[in-house]
Amino acid sequence: MAQTPTSTLAEEQPGLRVQGPPAELEREPLVNNNRSIGWISDRIASVIEGPLPGWWKICFAISVTFMTVCFGMILYLMSTGVGIWGNQHPVMWGWAIINFVWWIGIGHAGTLISAILFLLRQRWRTSINRAAEAMTIFAVMCAGIFPLIHIGRIWFGWWLFPIPNSQSIWPQFRSPLMWDVFAVSTYFTVSVLFWYMGLIPDLAVMRDRAKTKIRKFGYGLFSLGWTGSNRHWSNYEKAYLILAGLSTPLVLSVHSIVSLDFSVSQLPGWHTTIFPPYFVAGAVYSGFGMVLTLLVPLRRLLKLEDIITVRHVELMCKVTLATGSIVGYAYAMEFFIAWYSGNPYEKFLFFQNRAADPFIIAPLMHIKPAPYWWGFWTMVICNVVVPQFFWFKRIRTSMFIVFFLSILVNIGMWFERFVIVVTSLQREFLPANWSYYSPTWADILQYLGTFGLFFTFFLLFLRYIPLIAIAEVKGVTPQADPHHPLGGAKPGGKH
Amino acid sequence: MPAKPYAIMAEFETPAATLHAAEKVYGAGFRNWDVFTPFPVHGMDRAMGIKNSKVGWFSFIGGCTGYMTGMLLIWFTNAVDYRIVIGGKPMFSPFSAFPPSYELTILFGSFGALLGMLFLNRLPRLHHPLLKNRRFALATHDRFYVVIETSDAKFSDYETRRLLESLGSRHIEWVEE
Repeated sequence: MAQTPTSTLAEEQPGLRVQGPPAELEREPLVNNNRSIGWISDRIASVIEGPLPGWWKICFAISVTFMTVCFGMILYLMSTGVGIWGNQHPVMWGWAIINFVWWIGIGHAGTLISAILFLLRQRWRTSINRAAEAMTIFAVMCAGIFPLIHIGRIWFGWWLFPIPNSQSIWPQFRSPLMWDVFAVSTYFTVSVLFWYMGLIPDLAVMRDRAKTKIRKFGYGLFSLGWTGSNRHWSNYEKAYLILAGLSTPLVLSVHSIVSLDFSVSQLPGWHTTIFPPYFVAGAVYSGFGMVLTLLVPLRRLLKLEDIITVRHVELMCKVTLATGSIVGYAYAMEFFIAWYSGNPYEKFLFFQNRAADPFIIAPLMHIKPAPYWWGFWTMVICNVVVPQFFWFKRIRTSMFIVFFLSILVNIGMWFERFVIVVTSLQREFLPANWSYYSPTWADILQYLGTFGLFFTFFLLFLRYIPLIAIAEVKGVTPQADPHHPLGGAKPGGKH
Repeated sequence: MPAKPYAIMAEFETPAATLHAAEKVYGAGFRNWDVFTPFPVHGMDRAMGIKNSKVGWFSFIGGCTGYMTGMLLIWFTNAVDYRIVIGGKPMFSPFSAFPPSYELTILFGSFGALLGMLFLNRLPRLHHPLLKNRRFALATHDRFYVVIETSDAKFSDYETRRLLESLGSRHIEWVEE
């Protein structure tokens, strides 16, 4: 199949010039420049079939280096113990839990795009769902590392699962940490199932285009003998709908359960009923930040601007704006409740231990500044102020600014978890126990290492698996609609 | 033609033409036939007379199994086999057992959906006569195929080919077994 990246539908099928619907009823096409169906598979497959780009090699080398650091730090932790981290009384949950919640949250955008936007019939999701789901899977892998290594004796990690053992002990299910084990492992498994099912028709596309023996075998094996039969599509679409329907309550439950790890305990700043919805909104917000960080450069580097259009980026910015505003509202509500409840511990935590900056609030209240005021204000600026820029179309359509702001979103959400975990713990009820928490070099390298793991997998995904759902994108073009003139319909919508 | 071929395959270029052809082939009373498209075509199920998919049942049974597994597992481990008092809470409470059971409902339901889909489609299948056909590789690219198997009771070499030609297919060929 010749690669004709410039061909459009009109050139390929010159006879096909039927009157379309009236302009005011015509939807804006999701694939720009009136590309033909064949062009879509040629373009997306060329990412895999074309020469290996230089930037890919450089990024891959850097990522593998960091991945090695990740595994090296795990080995160091296993051989030495969790004492290499900055965790100590009273902050027993340090960067490990912060990074866990952060990575899990990032994953949520992938499922939101693949499941919730599917149920809401947002057809633009087809251009970005595959890459976002891959991001979910790799982010959950990075997240899963942290609680696993935080248990210290990693070789006993299987005690978390209800597996019969020689001591005849079972895990006890009244703890939200146990719920978390089930939520996160289910989330990972279902994300992989959903992702793989979406991949089956696209792996068949790659199989049918394959020139080399290895590719024919590999794509042939994993496409499971998919032929594109309509009797198969019928079952496939139903299964896809069901998986979307199951993933929607799943994704809402996962971060809710993660938030229960905090809110079931009785610490000021943690023990609140707003946590589950607030965590889910924050997760989707940070996840969309990461999707933008990944896809805004990729659409340019891989020349996919016709498929991941400016409109797609704009819509993602709007979701970021909406969820960021919910997060901002939740912050405001936490402060309001801390004040309105009259609980002195809550008030102390929010006003004196989080918000009191050394320049305005602390001098006004005649108190000492909060130890982590800089973390709190980084969080507020990145999560409350930054998304408000997305009200402006000029900003949403400027790829450079969107990319820059999306990084700030990621930073802001990391600081949110930092503020929640550290400030609630480091000044507890007894002032004699107060201390200042700081991470060690091992904390920092472990965190940076997981980026290596994430990007190594993501780069391999880009190169070997179609990063856009080919069959789904074809399905949302006007020429795929049998009742549209471009789909071959005769005047009057008759086929 | 050496042996009896597997089927006759007609190529179409637009979804509308394929949909039209599918209606006519279904109307002619064929049973062992199928339409192959690069993406699911809206309205094709009705044109082919395909009933609602049964995948939902597999998922439903999977989900029920998952929920029961979760509840029974937690009840057995925490209230029967290894009883331990935690903060004076009941040995078994459906409320604290709900979150893991809920997750297992989704887990088993998802497996039910995927495996049910594969079972109903008789996949994975490592060999298929159509996958040997060179032209058929375009079915995942941008062409649409109506395939009528020779095993169909209504099949006749001449009449069936005439029918497909009359539906506007520009390329018709026999598919070897």
